Amino acid sequence: MKHLKGVAIIFGITMLGEILNKKIPVPVPAGVYGLFILLGLLCCGMVKLSDVLTTGNLLLDLMPLMFIPAAVGLMEQFEMLREILVPLVLITVISTFIVMTVTGKTAELVLGRRKKEEQ
Amino acid sequence: MPLYFGMFISVAAYLLGMWLKKKLGWAVLNPLLVAILLVILFLKLTGISYDDYNTGACYISYFLTPATVCLAIPLYKQLELLKKNFIAVILSITVGVAGSVLSVFLMSMLFRLEHVLYVSLLPKSITTAIGMGVSEEAGGIVTLTVVSIIITGILGNITADAWFKLVGIKHPIAKGLAMGTAAHAIGTAKALEMGEVEGAMSSLSIAVAGLMTVVAAPLMAGLI
Repeated sequence: MKHLKGVAIIFGITMLGEILNKKIPVPVPAGVYGLFILLGLLCCGMVKLSDVLTTGNLLLDLMPLMFIPAAVGLMEQFEMLREILVPLVLITVISTFIVMTVTGKTAELVLGRRKKEEQ
Repeated sequence: MPLYFGMFISVAAYLLGMWLKKKLGWAVLNPLLVAILLVILFLKLTGISYDDYNTGACYISYFLTPATVCLAIPLYKQLELLKKNFIAVILSITVGVAGSVLSVFLMSMLFRLEHVLYVSLLPKSITTAIGMGVSEEAGGIVTLTVVSIIITGILGNITADAWFKLVGIKHPIAKGLAMGTAAHAIGTAKALEMGEVEGAMSSLSIAVAGLMTVVAAPLMAGLI
């Protein structure tokens, strides 16, 4: 039963995340609340990494599978997709290059300055 | 329809996608993209409806929330890395997330997209688990979000090397941050090939950029 403790902790935290998502009127997904709860518990030592590691890795390993059902829903929306295909592709492509560039350039700037200060 | 039909063909399609990628080695053959297309093709060819497929397949999706919780594990492991490069990490990812939501906003204005399409694209650069939640909370079409997230990831994965050369991004830390912020987990797969520092920085960026977008997206969502 090596997963028992991990499953209990992760499901418990997930449930807390769902409750927070319902009770707090800001658009934060339940999983993100849970992420912070687990991170906090790990940092303060109330949950040990070894308690959640095997179960956590299993869930993370299988995560791509969990996106398939929602994405297959695309087949119901081919009509809509055809209408907006050009802007959709352009927005996706252009903004990806923008994000890569501004993130990388900002980091180079900060790291370059730090290197100079060290010298 | 058997309840496990949807679950089985989803997993089988992914397995086939993994096999194809191994066999041919093309980056465009992302196993997730291949799996999605295969399932759609299979349903269209057999005439099985999406609803019939999803009565079983939807149970896979229920595990997404606990899996998102588990993203805390890699983040916890990289906390040291975050502390050591705190300013570079926070500043560049903040600029990256701002660049992402602002560019989507401006282009959505330009193309006169409706609100529902605009908010579906807002989380396109972040990890699918968090992006789906962001889109849902903002009233977007989750399906569209998933597809744009996957396309973004594959694009980043394939073009990053050439693009970094073109715009002159050389520092391994900068490359990793750019990959993870722009192209989430699929980009991180490429960053891991570039090197250990790139990979670690990229996986750290997935979590940080995802969390920042949770804050940024609702602020931007009301603008269109």
